[in-house]
Amino acid sequence: MKHTLAVLVENRPGVLTHISGLISRRAFNIESIAAGYTEEPDTTRITIVVEADEIELEQVVNQLSKLVDVIKISNLTAGDSIHRELALIKVKASAENRSNVVDIVDIFRAKIVDVNRETMVIELTGEETKIDALCEVLKDYGIIEIVRTGKIALSRGPVPAKEL
Amino acid sequence: MRITGAEAIIESLRRENVEVVFGYPGGAVLTLYDALHKADFHHILTRHEQGAIHAADGYARATGKVGVCMATSGPGATNLVTGIATAYMDSIPIVAFTGQVAVPLIGRDSFQEADIRGITTPITKHNYLVKKVEDLPRVIKEAFFIARTGRPGPVVIDVAKDVFAATFEYEYPESVNLRGYRPIFEGDQSAIDQAFEAIAEAKKPLIFVGGGVNLANMAREITELADLTGFPVTSSLMGLGTVPADHPQHLGMVGMHGTYAANIATTECDLLIGIGVRFDDRVTGLLADFASKAKVIHFDIDPAEINKNVLSDIRVVGDLRWSLPALLTKAGNRKPGEWRAPIADWGRQVKTWAQDKPLSYEQRTDVIMPQAVIEKVSELTQGEAVIVTDVGQHQMWTAQYYRFKNPRSFLTSGGLGTMGYGLPSAIGAQMGKPDQTVFLFAGDGGIMMNCQEIATAANNNLPIKVIILNNQVLGMVAQWQRMFYEGRLAHTSLKGRTDFVKLAEAMGATGLRVSKPEELEPTLRKAMEIPGPVFIDVIVPSTEDVLPMVPPGARLDQIIMGGE
Repeated sequence: MKHTLAVLVENRPGVLTHISGLISRRAFNIESIAAGYTEEPDTTRITIVVEADEIELEQVVNQLSKLVDVIKISNLTAGDSIHRELALIKVKASAENRSNVVDIVDIFRAKIVDVNRETMVIELTGEETKIDALCEVLKDYGIIEIVRTGKIALSRGPVPAKEL
Repeated sequence: MRITGAEAIIESLRRENVEVVFGYPGGAVLTLYDALHKADFHHILTRHEQGAIHAADGYARATGKVGVCMATSGPGATNLVTGIATAYMDSIPIVAFTGQVAVPLIGRDSFQEADIRGITTPITKHNYLVKKVEDLPRVIKEAFFIARTGRPGPVVIDVAKDVFAATFEYEYPESVNLRGYRPIFEGDQSAIDQAFEAIAEAKKPLIFVGGGVNLANMAREITELADLTGFPVTSSLMGLGTVPADHPQHLGMVGMHGTYAANIATTECDLLIGIGVRFDDRVTGLLADFASKAKVIHFDIDPAEINKNVLSDIRVVGDLRWSLPALLTKAGNRKPGEWRAPIADWGRQVKTWAQDKPLSYEQRTDVIMPQAVIEKVSELTQGEAVIVTDVGQHQMWTAQYYRFKNPRSFLTSGGLGTMGYGLPSAIGAQMGKPDQTVFLFAGDGGIMMNCQEIATAANNNLPIKVIILNNQVLGMVAQWQRMFYEGRLAHTSLKGRTDFVKLAEAMGATGLRVSKPEELEPTLRKAMEIPGPVFIDVIVPSTEDVLPMVPPGARLDQIIMGGE
């Protein structure tokens, strides 16, 4: 089963390396990892998606918790939470099929952020499955490159992850 | 107080009650060493940085205090790596200072630059790179706190060269404030209750102690628990010394080279009470069948140890200094008779195993048997010496045949299995315990790794007694080659011209040699009379195996016996 963990860490050099090193050394299966600043300048929030059973998940959480720079880990799989990922997709769009691509973009409520004579860049925010679906449909037109942020997640309701 | 970074380090060491540091100078730490010199701080110059960190490790294991070492940047720092990993695997508190190139030179592949923080990240409890002198007091305070609290471990402080010379207004913090590090002391009382219930119901219980008991200084409490309940006790390599070897319920070590009684009792027990253990593969054998008839209670300070290797039914997470007294308080409400009656059959069964198949080896009069050397030293020191080993056959024989009486009296590289650990560790142990007899058992392979530290022992006139069990072979590797590689002895023969007596003498120590059984005891006695370091080259047969043995990947009851 996939689990989404919000990991709050000290905003210091080397912390992300430390975490990713620990994950690979202990042979945990990580699907994605995304890091960024938070409402507190000295805290970084890392969202980790891990494929694990109950026992493995406990190990991941306990091993990560041992790191001195890890402040708090919340499992956002259990509670009600919002999961999002952002993707930029560069797709072939010639004069003939450009309107078809635009239709698809509309259906997915995506945005066109760059256009030239041969290609378009499409921006889509959503759950992982939605991005997968758009990529699948756009394949027919020829995808040149894709960049995805990896999943980020936030719990619903007033309580922040640091207090979960 | 306006002082330099180097002076701040020394002042902070004083505040942390550090009495001695082990180290080796070099370019990046010249300013620090100048300050050590001016402050007349007690520093032991080893002959290699690896010697310095193992010495700090031996000091820490013997005394329970934080061991401190120092090295320069680049190769000085990388020479510490094996020692840091050794300490990390066995949870030994060390603070290691390394010099780093000056801040403007960092990241430019400068002379003697190495990213020691990056290199040591997976083998330290925590590490730091200090680029601003103002950060030093806080970092040192945190480092000592992290090293010694919770599950102890090594911490590296990498300090840029220019930080040592920079001046600032020094103030040592009173306390630490680490959001991500709050070591657990007291755990959940209901876990104690559950553990107590399971213990009270057990018909075939077994107490299994590990290095955590030594680290927490809880040896007396474990023995009390054994005395009260009458439960048999076994120990991992790291747990030896916590329950005295001659305690009637002590079955000896469990695992690959454990006793028959300990391994069969582990297989047959209905309750395994693991205390400060991490269920290493050398203990469990085939994991799937380990203690498969037993409910498992796991006492540990580190939540990550729970269910890492062996799934536990009851977890007691917390400091043993909390959980053991709490368990004893509850257990004390039942009288010894109430404890002993339900397990009487089990107790007899276990005793029968121990009596029927004790440790044994071939008694020979033509050669000195290595096991006999350990037994003789055990007898002469009455189990009271601080015993250090290197790694290999002699290490296992020491674990089997030395009759340890005291906690923190067996210093050995358990987790990492570091050859070359012994001699520098013995030096550190003797520095920490100047009034105690320190014996080192080493092989003729391992002693050569870090034999340069003979000079350190001699120059400091440390009275360590080093017994080289010289079988002219890398014994443990050769044993595996005989057992699992059809006897092809690939590069394990050490037959040659090395003369350990001369080697010792060349560096200013005393060297003795003994090859006849009747001369063993007089030679050992003579060595113990000599005030300085003595190296005794003991010639032993080259084909002796460590037995019993559970082959790798086998079940504990698939034990190969041996001896007579």
